[in-house]
Amino acid sequence: MLLTGAEIVVRCLQEEGVEHVFGYPGGAVLFIYDEISKQDKVKHILTRHEQGALHAADGYARSTNKVGVALVTSGPGVTNAVTGIATAYTDSIPLVVITGQVPTHAIGEDAFQECDTVGITRPCVKHNFLVRDAKDIAATIKKAFYIASTGRPGPVVVDIPKDVTANKAEFEYPDKVVMRSYNPVVKGHAGQIKKALQLLAAAKRPVIYTGGGVILGDAAVELTQLVKTLGFPCTNTLMGLGGYPATDKQFLGMLGMHGTYEANLAMQNCDVLFAIGARFDDRVIGNPKHFFDPKRTIIHVDVDPASISKRVRVDVPIVGNVRDVLKEFNKQLEGGKFNKDAAAVKEWWAQIEEWRSRDCLKYDRASPIIKPQYVVQKLYEITKGEAIVTSDVGQHQMWAAQFYKFVKPRRWINSGGLGTMGFGMPAAIGAQLANPKATVACVTGEASIQMCIQELSTAKQYRLPIKVVNLNNRYMGMVRQWQEFFHGNRYAESYMDALPDFVKLAESYGHVGMRIDKPADVEPALKEAFARKKDLVFMDFITDQTENVYPMVPGGKGLSEMILV
Amino acid sequence: MKHIISVLLENEAGALSRVSGLFSARGYNIESLTVAPTEDQTLSRMTIVTNGSDEVIEQITKQLNKLVDVVKVVDLSEGEHIERELMLVKLRAVGKDREEMKRMSDIFRGRIIDVTDKDYTIELTGTGTKLDAFLKAIDRTAILETVRTGASGIGRGDRVLKA
Repeated sequence: MLLTGAEIVVRCLQEEGVEHVFGYPGGAVLFIYDEISKQDKVKHILTRHEQGALHAADGYARSTNKVGVALVTSGPGVTNAVTGIATAYTDSIPLVVITGQVPTHAIGEDAFQECDTVGITRPCVKHNFLVRDAKDIAATIKKAFYIASTGRPGPVVVDIPKDVTANKAEFEYPDKVVMRSYNPVVKGHAGQIKKALQLLAAAKRPVIYTGGGVILGDAAVELTQLVKTLGFPCTNTLMGLGGYPATDKQFLGMLGMHGTYEANLAMQNCDVLFAIGARFDDRVIGNPKHFFDPKRTIIHVDVDPASISKRVRVDVPIVGNVRDVLKEFNKQLEGGKFNKDAAAVKEWWAQIEEWRSRDCLKYDRASPIIKPQYVVQKLYEITKGEAIVTSDVGQHQMWAAQFYKFVKPRRWINSGGLGTMGFGMPAAIGAQLANPKATVACVTGEASIQMCIQELSTAKQYRLPIKVVNLNNRYMGMVRQWQEFFHGNRYAESYMDALPDFVKLAESYGHVGMRIDKPADVEPALKEAFARKKDLVFMDFITDQTENVYPMVPGGKGLSEMILV
Repeated sequence: MKHIISVLLENEAGALSRVSGLFSARGYNIESLTVAPTEDQTLSRMTIVTNGSDEVIEQITKQLNKLVDVVKVVDLSEGEHIERELMLVKLRAVGKDREEMKRMSDIFRGRIIDVTDKDYTIELTGTGTKLDAFLKAIDRTAILETVRTGASGIGRGDRVLKA
């Protein structure tokens, strides 16, 4: 039977089992919207801005293991979406983004709402397509889902001109995809795994360092088993939190620019480093030259060969799906043939415990002004560590990462790589839709939240009971901190003047607003807010303006050169 | 060090810009880049001449392999290979220079493919360094115009790059 291109698009989404599409209509996608309205399998979530749509699809994907789907119109619809696409790309999040395009005959003529979508998005997508014929839509969308979700995941853009959505073609959804140019590696090399185990057995000061790959590869169970068996210390990157239970003794906390003293020193002083699904980025290892002195042996598991030996030279590379590789590690360890250097490792643990006793995350608990760390700590206690926590970007993000102990993957959702302010609120929308029964909290700041504040309206429309924890210090806190440390206390443009009354703002959107300005009120306010199961509650915590995030490895410095509180 | 990288990629609109975009985005050098369809019309063959440390070249080949349109990548410089580039050069050829230009062309095994009473156009094939040598050997003021294709490369013997 002949279907229009728009019908085919919607049928493809149904075939992929897509339940939610996040988007915003416009001229070039009207045929597709028309078809969406004629069925009820694929539900459309209308955001208030295309950036919000992308972040919501992203939060949806991060909190599940599904591909997030967004639909936007041509021109400004696409350019607004670019921040969201780049955010997903940097953190390897699987998205399929369907973009409208001007009719094929108008392409290249500077038509109304025309932009070169394939050109503009090329550097920040895993792949993109321009579909020029209705008969190619089904195969292209099938490929898009396949590419987005396999190997190292990432966003895929499918650009469809308006006339293509109106033209008719035979519809048949392909069962599988065969691409000679794209065949991601799955299984790790068994010989390399054996070699890695020999190195780990001989290690005197081993560290296991894991990143977002463990979360994206759904390998937290396998990782936990492996770390337990080995008995070695484990640290997570910002993107890897929840990959290993943060409440466990073998966990050293997050490492990196705002990592713990013990994690950073263990990383710097280890002799065998076992990196799993992590990419040694600048916020994690600091200065690579400093990192390489002293030398250490590095084992690196990653699904993306290009991540290996990119910033640091690796001794034992293992390319493969993290979960499959870790399963193989666990299998090879089953025989009980693993004899580690127990005496040396015991000594290493003693050293680590000494570092740990430095209590690098301490803060003034008797402060008469609300300390932001205290709010996150109470948030953790009141939600019993079981909330899905999204965040924006800045100090609040680091405090959330440091003080909320994530024991399971896919509960910590933040823009780690691109560092996109405005991510938290729409990401919470996606996460709440994907997990209707879960408690979802958005830890944010008064600067970040204003970058996508309009999504409070979306949350109202779909009755999403998100709890917004606004750590309001009247500053772009992280910018202020850098200005204090590195720019002679000159706070250029980082003071947030003329702030809205967030309580009234929340109320004007039909939500519940609360202002909390005394430490004693923090806990009762959080309890009250989380007891309101049906409402979005916006909690505006008036926090200490001068608080800084510690420890801090200044840009360009080494991991052992931390500024401590 | 100079490397010649051969890439087999899907002959699709935009594939070239994916490769050139990758080089500019990641700050890699391109000395030259040539591309044309192969005997299989669905595939294009690209030759990229680049330079960089071993680490950079390793990243270049990995990043190229990561592009979804790229079928195969090989660093020809890692083994025996042949490199050829075509150059067309228009030279002023009047008076006593006329004989000299003909002689230089013969020495470099060039062919004169267009003649007027004032100039010769010479076709020259070889490695990049041979073409450079020719241009150096000629009186600079006599060179009216040059156009070079950039290098193409192929492995020697049974070294074959196929999809």
